[in-house]
Amino acid sequence: MAANSTNVVRERSGDTSVRGSSDRPGASRRVRRARWIGYAYLAPAGTLYLLFVLVPGIHTVWLSLFRWDGVTVGKWVGLTNYREVAENPLLRGAMVHALVLITFFAGFSIIVGLLMAAILGRHRRSGMTFYRVVFFLPQIVPMVAVGITWRWMYTENGAVNQILRAIGLDSITQAWLGSFTLALPAVGLIGTWALSGLCFVLFLSGAQKIDNSLYEAARMDGAGAVREFFAVTLPALRGEIAVALTITVVAALASFDIVYVTTNGSPGNTTTVPGLLVYRLAFTGGQVGVASALAVTLTVLIIGIVVLIQRLTRETT
Amino acid sequence: MKQSRSSNFVAYAVMTAMAIITLLPFISILLAALQPPGTLVSGISIPQHPSLESFNEAWTTASFGNLLWSSIKIAAAVVPISMICATLAAYALGTLKVPGGSAIFMVFLLGLTLPVELIVIPLYFDLRGIGLTNTPWAVILAECGLFMPFGIFWMRTHFMSTPREVIEAAELDGASSFTTLRRVLLPLSGPALSTMAVLFFMWSWNQFLLVLVLIQDPNQRTAPAGLGFFVGQHSSDVPVLAAGTLIVILPILLTYLVFQRKFISGMLEGAVKG
Repeated sequence: MAANSTNVVRERSGDTSVRGSSDRPGASRRVRRARWIGYAYLAPAGTLYLLFVLVPGIHTVWLSLFRWDGVTVGKWVGLTNYREVAENPLLRGAMVHALVLITFFAGFSIIVGLLMAAILGRHRRSGMTFYRVVFFLPQIVPMVAVGITWRWMYTENGAVNQILRAIGLDSITQAWLGSFTLALPAVGLIGTWALSGLCFVLFLSGAQKIDNSLYEAARMDGAGAVREFFAVTLPALRGEIAVALTITVVAALASFDIVYVTTNGSPGNTTTVPGLLVYRLAFTGGQVGVASALAVTLTVLIIGIVVLIQRLTRETT
Repeated sequence: MKQSRSSNFVAYAVMTAMAIITLLPFISILLAALQPPGTLVSGISIPQHPSLESFNEAWTTASFGNLLWSSIKIAAAVVPISMICATLAAYALGTLKVPGGSAIFMVFLLGLTLPVELIVIPLYFDLRGIGLTNTPWAVILAECGLFMPFGIFWMRTHFMSTPREVIEAAELDGASSFTTLRRVLLPLSGPALSTMAVLFFMWSWNQFLLVLVLIQDPNQRTAPAGLGFFVGQHSSDVPVLAAGTLIVILPILLTYLVFQRKFISGMLEGAVKG
């Protein structure tokens, strides 16, 4: 193989010396042809992505400009549907609920993850494989299954109330998902439960990459464990925090599965989220245009927040 | 670094507490599912007469056999199709460097953040128009499209980390672009490909909204979507519902336990690099 390739090289260089400058266009043509062949490799993926993601995405934007029940002929209404998204209490409520869910999915999970990473420090410990497998478990099971499990845990006779009774908090036991004020936080806590482990494992692997000399320097300055965490660990984890924020915020905004099986928006539309209303309005409510406008608004919000997170974390780097 | 015994104890105590909290819901449905059908279960309680009858009941009444089979069919098509397409495209963008490649790559990357909610409405109406709804193909094609951004991103990163000399040596040997991919790059891509395979399998298995919309016939749905429908009908029979939930979790759980390293490293690396 090695001998062979040197041969080729020698032949090539021999070529060049004979043909001189005339070889250059030929070679570049060959290279150019090879580069154009690349489009053939791109074609299958490009077609799938174009037909089943990009075109439907643009089609949704188009549909959002119509009043359409999904059956009869649609009527052009311009941006009316977007005004509906901004002004209709039901639709605006869903947006607000999604923002509340961010507190639980992103805020609490990241705080739990950071706290645990701080307590654990950066020692490599034995048995971590087991813990990692457990902490990732909520990530791999279907969210529908997670939702059904928690729905039952939150009932009157569920495990949540059982534990509260066991620790003497009988007075606050209730059917959590039936409460107008507590159903949304209860759903949010499912997200905290599901995402904390992910954040923790992410932060732990990031903390183990931090240069030891930074800690030594901090210790020489007389920093205690707490100051060390805020002065060294936290800034060094900025990249991991950005990743965790992106994942958890998107999970909160685009949530559908969990809400659909736990509360389906009840009681009294206090737990509706945009995904749920997109589904409901388009497929059972006959308001395809409004549903599309809501889907587009949600997407713009997600892209905006993802870009914002990346900007903020990159600027400070 | 010195490591005191007490701080080590605290670390394990905290992690164990978190592990218990994470496992508690799974333990509670496992115990509930072992109760006979119709039992009024309260909280976490050890069944007095453990039986598998609830599994039997869930399996027959909800025909989970059919649902699991549709899930497997869909995943068995989605995983290879999307892996092949993503690998070819990543090769074009990462190694061959087609003209305009970086712009094309940006368009693919945009797809990483698009929620299913954005595309599900026209997908339903358009695919119904050509008679694809209520068939597995609707879900298969849509999932393949949705997985392209991650797959291309993942394989492109991998191809770009392959030493340039290896590819140049093959080109000097007169290898065509396809031979270079097949004989030189792919043999070095085993770990990247298998990680992508388990992630695609998981995402396909767990997809819910897309299946709910594109397959309206409850008997043709995938296991998670069927479970979502099942919960509406059997919400009062906790043991049967718990058994059904476990039936849906089990295949992905077993895959996870076998390939846990791939799952975890794939999700961590995929997230960090993205």
